This record gives sequence, structure tokens and C-alpha cells, in this order.
Amino acid sequence: MSSSKERVAGNVAGYVDDRTGAAKWLKKNLTKVFPDHWSFMLGEIALYSFIILLLSGVFLTFWFVPSQQDVIYTGSYAPLSNVPMSAAYASTLHISFDIRGGLLMRQIHHWAALLFMAAIVVHLLRVFFTGAFRKPREFNWLIGVGLVTLGIVEGFLGYSLPDDLLSGTGIRIAEAILQAIPVVGSYLAFFAFGGAFPGHVFIPRIFMVHILLLPGIFLALITIHLMLVWYQKHTQYPGPGRTEKNVVGYPLMPVYMAKAGGFFFIVFGITAFLGAVASINPIWLYGPYTPGQISAGSQPDWYMGWLDGLVRMSPPIETHAFGHTISWNILIPGLILPGILFTGMALYPFIESWITGDKREHHLLDRPRNVPNRTALGVMSLTFIMISLINGGNDIIATHFHLTINDIMWFTRIGLFTLPPIAFVITKRICLSLQRADRDLVLHGKESGRLVMMANGEFVEIHEPISAEKAWTLTQHEQPEALALGTADSNGIPAAKGLKAKLRARMSQANAEQIQTPTETEAKELEGGHH
Amino acid sequence: MKKLSRYRRHKFAAPALIIAALISLGTTFSIASALPNAQHMAVTSQSTLIEEGKQIFARGCSSCHGLNAEGGSIAPSLIGVGAASVDFQVGTGRMPMADMSQQAMRKKPAYTEAETAALAAYVASLAPGPASVTNEQLTFERDGNVAQGGELFRTNCAMCHNFAAQGGALSLGKYAPTLMGVEPKQIYEAMITGPQSMPVFSDKTITPSEKLSIIKWIKAAQNEPSLGGASLGRVGPVTEGLLIWTLGLGLLVGVAVWLTMKAR
Repeated sequence: MSSSKERVAGNVAGYVDDRTGAAKWLKKNLTKVFPDHWSFMLGEIALYSFIILLLSGVFLTFWFVPSQQDVIYTGSYAPLSNVPMSAAYASTLHISFDIRGGLLMRQIHHWAALLFMAAIVVHLLRVFFTGAFRKPREFNWLIGVGLVTLGIVEGFLGYSLPDDLLSGTGIRIAEAILQAIPVVGSYLAFFAFGGAFPGHVFIPRIFMVHILLLPGIFLALITIHLMLVWYQKHTQYPGPGRTEKNVVGYPLMPVYMAKAGGFFFIVFGITAFLGAVASINPIWLYGPYTPGQISAGSQPDWYMGWLDGLVRMSPPIETHAFGHTISWNILIPGLILPGILFTGMALYPFIESWITGDKREHHLLDRPRNVPNRTALGVMSLTFIMISLINGGNDIIATHFHLTINDIMWFTRIGLFTLPPIAFVITKRICLSLQRADRDLVLHGKESGRLVMMANGEFVEIHEPISAEKAWTLTQHEQPEALALGTADSNGIPAAKGLKAKLRARMSQANAEQIQTPTETEAKELEGGHH
Repeated sequence: MKKLSRYRRHKFAAPALIIAALISLGTTFSIASALPNAQHMAVTSQSTLIEEGKQIFARGCSSCHGLNAEGGSIAPSLIGVGAASVDFQVGTGRMPMADMSQQAMRKKPAYTEAETAALAAYVASLAPGPASVTNEQLTFERDGNVAQGGELFRTNCAMCHNFAAQGGALSLGKYAPTLMGVEPKQIYEAMITGPQSMPVFSDKTITPSEKLSIIKWIKAAQNEPSLGGASLGRVGPVTEGLLIWTLGLGLLVGVAVWLTMKAR
């Protein structure tokens, strides 16, 4: 029986292979090896929620009407009966209440969007803190920065489409940010809205961008992102047997086919679970958008919360000159600060390699503690974002924790400048302490929990040496010296002068502040007389 | 009477009689003018109610609001605030205040309904003001229009009380409270008296029938089951973001750890 089945399968495979030559390609690629670590699956969560977004989004487009035409609601949600609203809002109500599974799909779509952004951010943090962005992966880092930026835009457009009261409030703020661009701002806002706010063209326009333009760019960027991972091979954490030239892990077929495939269904399952049990964006409660209305506690979705927080904390500063008004209170927090932050993020791989002078390829990841400055810089940026995010929710925090909104605002205003540097110093100290702990572990072994009383009455805990594998993992990393930038090089070329060179020298020096890993002689000496 | 008649020719008899007559006339007039439609019997019971209210006021309120409700350095005058204001403030437990915080909190009322009515009658007797809302006025179930109420709520109330009447923050620790579980009568009284930071919505701004619609919408919002699953407090995207980062991402990272654990 089975042998005849095998024969049939073989014939089919042979038929296809004769015509496509797929066997060779498949054999090579199906056996491709991927390293195993939970943190390597964070990007997959983002990929899978993107697929969920595409599927649920297509479902929603079947009924969504991207129009700001005025209609009178006659659907089944009684509290809005005969209320004038836009066709976009009415159709979203229609999807929510009159389409089978419509509300579930809307909620899955929105939860998947929040998850998409959250997964992108944790994936980005993993890549940053382990140094996975280093050569040859700088392009992939840039694509990632592009994806997170576009993700914020795409999410905001989706939040705006239903044209409920919350959407409209968000669009109004987006208009204000557009207008804050010096000189051309008011023209840009007029172009975007086809006249005065809110106009009648905005929803159809952002609909096209939301369902066609940006998803297309996403698909292209994600494809390149994954092709580069495939081509450059996945990075791996350091350990015995793992080098810059190999990848230790499991083959795609069958191990990762099963793991990744299963993980997709788990991500889908959890998103569907959230969509089924937890309400998200109950647009029928917000009501239709009219510029004269607003709700207390209007917030953007979380990934824009930090931007909202920055705008909320900025003092009201405006200047008027040559017939133009510049609203610094919107321009700085809404455009300049995010611009600096994202530009810095995009350029970071190049900045770091300039400081370290390291132009080699890296396929082994760093343990975050072993690169204290980078880790501290990351925590510092996160602190900045977190403080802004807290102020983004200042009204909700005020009512739920019985605080005053003014106190929270002042805390974040001052904290925005003081806490990130403090976070930097503390993180760097923690990294160095962890390095010290690693050194101790290698030299003195791990605590065994056995206490021994010596002849003189002294109690000593027996330390057991750690395994050679563990010791290797803890000591394998490089600890480069600071670049000798002050002197002429071996060819007699004089050192670069000026502020830039000084800055580089200073930062290189800061990078070299490390706890020395145990040397071979140290280890030998200890082996002799110790414990 | 015989004892009293002995003094009828006393030299102060005539002035005393005139003063007594004036006082009784003035009191009767002021009560009568405050309650223009009240029957004679009601006036009598009203005057005892006022007296009772005055005593409760002296015991519980006068330390801050002054012996004659004239106000003081820490509390406003209550002359002219009307019965509705007292009914709202005392009936929702806001007055007497528990402490001198930014804003009086809604809590369990310190006085019974009868005591509250007496206090209201007393304060109303000081000067005319908005009268307490009666159950006969609260015909929102019959006369209110939910959709119109929603429109009015979003235009006039949501900016402080949030889109689903869950409350919101104001400056310096003040806040617009949640309207969940508030008696229709108290919602109405709040609109006509404007307690604390709230503006007064006079019958010219929002007509009585519109007020009923607003109340009907608030009650509908309160009684509406959370249609999409757990409501997450109906406070907007903050709790949604919190849930995706804790439960959503937490579960998935847990699964990722589990998926990569066995192979080690």
C-alpha cells in the first residue's frame, strides 16, 4: 500500500522537479539552520500579526465605506438612531452590529495592530541590546527603523478611519502638527484636507494610504528584511562551538517549519482570544465626529502615546515674525524631538562602528552587560520614551491614582531631562557589576550551599567550579582597548584634530571601561591553591 | 391668657405686638413667596421643616458655612443656592466634606432623606434658588430621547465626564466624577446648580426636556452591556495598550520561551 503511495508521490515530485529544478533549491534551503532562542521569535510575532492584519483588514474592506458623505443612521444600534454622521462611521457601526462576526474581526484587527507595534518594539530592543545591527546587518536595521516609523503612521491612519469622536480628535491633532511646520504648514494642511478642516476628502485619502500604499510598502520592506536574514544567516548567542563562521541550531525542515508554523497559529489564537473577550475602541460609545465635540481622556493608541505626552508637557511658546507664526509648543515635541530620536536610531550602527573603529562582520551577539555604554544608551532612550508615555496618559493616571494632572506634568517635564541621564549611569553601573559577578563566577566557581567548619572554627562555603562551557560563554567576548587617537599611527600619519576627533576619543575611552575578564594566568594561579 | 392680659397696658406692649406681627407676617410672606403654590397646610408643615433644617444646619454645617449660612473663609455662602443644591450636595454625601481636599467626594450620605429635605427647606428659605427636583419631573423614561441625549452629552458633558460618562481629570487635582450609578434626580440637580467646577446649565441653555434626554442616555450607557467583551473601564486606549503589553505580549513571550525550551 504505502510503497505504491510513495511511488506516486515520487513521480509527482519528479515531474515537478523536471520542469522547475526545485529539488536542488529546496534541498539547500529546507535544511537551512536557525539558532534557537526565545528572543529570536519576537520578530516572528510582528510578522504573524502583520499577516493577521492583512486577513482581518481585507474582511473589513468588504463593508467599510471610505466616505465623509453625511448620512442618517438607521442601523440596529438604538442609542444612535437618526443621528447624522459620516458614511465611514455608519459603515463601521454596520460592521460592528449588523455583519456576522464583524465586531470580532474589527477587534481582532485592532488588537493585532497594537500587538504588531509592541512586537516590533521588543524585537527592535532585542536587536539593539545584543548588537545584532552590526556589520553586515546595518541595512536590515535601517529597514527595521523604516518599518517601525511606517507602523506608527499606519496605525494612526487605521485609528482615524472609523471617523468616530476619538478618530476625529486624533486627526485634528495631526492637522495641528502639519500646520506647525514653519512657513509651509498651513499650505500642507490645506493640501492634505482639501481645504479647511475637516473637509470631505480626508477619509477617502487616508483609506487608500492605509489599505494600499502602506501595506504595499510594508510587504516589500518585510520581504527584503526576511531575505536579508536568510542571506546573511541568523545571528546567534555566544557559546561553545558557536563561531562567527557557523550557525548552531536546527534545520528549517522539519523543526522550524513546525515551530514557526505552530507559533503563527498561537499568535492568531491569542489575538482572536483578545478580540473575543476584550473590548477595543468601542466606537459606538464615542459617537460620530463633529469638530465641536471632544471627550475627556482622549488618547492615541499606545505607540503614539509618547508623542502625545511630549505635546502635553510642552510649554505654550509661539513666535510671530514676518507674518508667520511658529508654534514651538507643537513643532518641538511633535516633529523635532521625534525627528532627532528616529534619526539617531537609524544612524546608531554607523555611529557605533565609527566610535569603536570596528569594521569587521559580527554574527555572534553581545551579551548586553558586556557592552555597558550601548546598553546604558538604550535604557536611557527607553526612559525618555517611558516618561513621555506616562505624560500621554496623565489624565487617566490622575483620576485612577488620585493625583493631580499638574503634578504629573511637572514630574515628567523635569524627569524628561533628569531621569534619562540617571538611567544611563545606573545601567552602566549595573552592567559593570554583572561583569564583576561573571568574573567572580569564573574565578571562584558557584556557591554550592555546603558550609564547612574549619579547624579554627571559621565557616567556609564550598565553591564548585563552573563547567568549562559556561566559563567559555562568560569569557569569550572581546574587550577592545580604547582607540589610540591622540598619537600618530605607525605610518607617521598625525592624529586627527578637532572637536570630532576629541569626541570620538572620549567615547572610545568610555567604551573601554570594562571589568577585565579573567586571564589564563589568573585562572591557573587560582586552580593551584584555591578551595 | 389672663397672665398675658395683665401686661396689655405695659408701655412696651404696643411695640412688642407690632414687632411680633411684623415677624410673623414677614416669615409667612417669605415662605409663601418661596413656595407660591403651597397650600396653607403645607406652609405650616414647611415652617416646622425649616425649623428642623435650621437646627441640623447649626449642628452640622454652620462651623464652615456660618451660623446663618452666610459663608466664611473656607466655605461659600449658601444664601440663594436653593434646595436643589442642598439636595445634590448632601444627598450624594459630598457635604459635609470628609476633609479639606480639592474637591468633595461622592460618598455615603451623612443625613437621611428626611434630614436632607429639612436642610434643603431651610437653605431655600433664606433666599430663592433652584428647587429640588421631584420625581414627577423625572419623566425621562417616557419623554427622553436617547440619541438626542447622546448628542447633547457629547457636546456639553463628554469634554469633562468622558465619552462614556466615566469621569475625567481636571486641573490641580479636581476631577469630573463618573456618572455611573448617580440618581437621575441628582444628575438633573447637578445640571441646574453647577456644583464645584461644573457650569450651570440653565433651562435656556439646555431645556428641561433635553435634560431628560441626557439623563436617559446616561442611564442607557450605564445599563448597556459591554458589547465587545470586557469593557476595560471605557477610558480609551490607555487600558488597551496596557492589556496588549501585559496579557498579550506576556502570553506570547511565554509561548516563545516554551517553544525554544525543549530543544536545549
